[in-house]
Amino acid sequence: MSMPFYVAPEQMMKDKADYARKGIARGRSLMGVVYAGGILLAAENPSRTLHKVSEIYDRIAFAGAGKYSEYDQLRVAGVRHADTKGYAYSREDVDARSLANAYAQLIGQVFTHDVKPLEVEILVAEVGPGEESSREATGGDQLYHILYDGTVVDEDHLTVLGGESEGIQERMESTYAEGWSLADALKGAVAALGGEERTIEPADLEVAVLERDKGRRAFRRIKDEELVTLLG
Amino acid sequence: MTLPMFPPTDDPGPSFSHLLRRLQGDPVAFQVDKSLVVHATTIVAIRYADGVVMVGDRRATAGSTIAHRHMDKVYPADRHSGVAIAGAAGQAMELVKLFQLQLEHYEKVEGSALSLEGKANQLAQMIRQNMPMAMQGLAVLPIFGGYDMRRGTGRIFAYDLTGGRYEETDYHADGSGGRDARTTVKLGYKEGMEREATIELAIQSLYEAAEEDSATGGPDPVRGIYPVIATITRDGFEKVPEDDVAARFHALIERRTAEGRKP
Repeated sequence: MSMPFYVAPEQMMKDKADYARKGIARGRSLMGVVYAGGILLAAENPSRTLHKVSEIYDRIAFAGAGKYSEYDQLRVAGVRHADTKGYAYSREDVDARSLANAYAQLIGQVFTHDVKPLEVEILVAEVGPGEESSREATGGDQLYHILYDGTVVDEDHLTVLGGESEGIQERMESTYAEGWSLADALKGAVAALGGEERTIEPADLEVAVLERDKGRRAFRRIKDEELVTLLG
Repeated sequence: MTLPMFPPTDDPGPSFSHLLRRLQGDPVAFQVDKSLVVHATTIVAIRYADGVVMVGDRRATAGSTIAHRHMDKVYPADRHSGVAIAGAAGQAMELVKLFQLQLEHYEKVEGSALSLEGKANQLAQMIRQNMPMAMQGLAVLPIFGGYDMRRGTGRIFAYDLTGGRYEETDYHADGSGGRDARTTVKLGYKEGMEREATIELAIQSLYEAAEEDSATGGPDPVRGIYPVIATITRDGFEKVPEDDVAARFHALIERRTAEGRKP
């Protein structure tokens, strides 16, 4: 009978983290940023049908970077979580924070217990109401960035997921202005995602917004003509 | 609440009702006294040039008493379809809530909306699941109407207790006053009617139903309660404003009085 090799826990975690990071770096990056009218989600994605950005609930959106099959499974679980919670309690009781915690637990569990960690980073975004008084009760705009090991980062106004996130984040922070219009935020995001050498074509972009105070379902995809017009 | 994850071979798919059954188990059947159950009454749907008009009175009854005077029986199912309900009110409202969720859940999980036919079939299945309750007196009889984006026309579907689905070409009415309403529509219906004329006909049909059927509520100017009217067109589901409905009822009564007919 053979004995398994001893691997120090530190080493095991480091190996898993390296593996997950490599997997995530293979995919293209995406960004979530707050603008005057809500939250903009922009991703570099050549596919028109395999979405990186999707709707979860009335005011909640999901974005995933890394391995498509894995984050799409998480997306569906999130829709189920939100819809059953809204059905059991009330639509108002569905919030991004509780969903982000559920995601963090699951991703963290897989990272420590399973052989292969999930090669994904996800973003759970919730747009707050426009009225100042009700913003207090709902927590306003929220961006939860969840890493491959289950770490949750509560971001303030913008966050970048995927491979070259640090460089993109730096570029975006340097141009970011509070209270941006949608067109300005989109131009800024696309420029930051592409970097100095590269311009991303509208056909390679997936863009969606969570619009503040625009009816019950805040999520809307921006594509085709509207996208081209906004990019100017 | 944990995340509902399922193995790929045992996944409930985009169906919200299957998901609920997986999480909660099957509902329990029980005996009910019919006179204690609140019933929603008359609903009408008429197809016209731009889509479908759906109307419902506001009265709910329990036995021979009036349970509610301002119940809403016409609901949006999603952006391009609506459902009107008659029958056991509690069951019916739960059915509508589940149906709305079912359509939205499918749309979010799959990334595209169901076809109108698919939605109509989903509703049939949900009514069929309610059959044990229907046999104990808790029947729900909805009318489903919507604008079919693929065919570019309005469509109306009626249902029976067993979940039977019947597509109506022109109009349908259901509930306790449904027969009277249907006769009125039959006498005034023409192919390809305009919006105004169709709403007028719908108002007349509810008026006649309220005349003949005690469980159907007519216009109630004392409390300012009037039937609910909605149109479903290419632009989506839209309710006709309440003061507009009120004005139309008043005009109908005035016109009939002037003509010397007893309103």
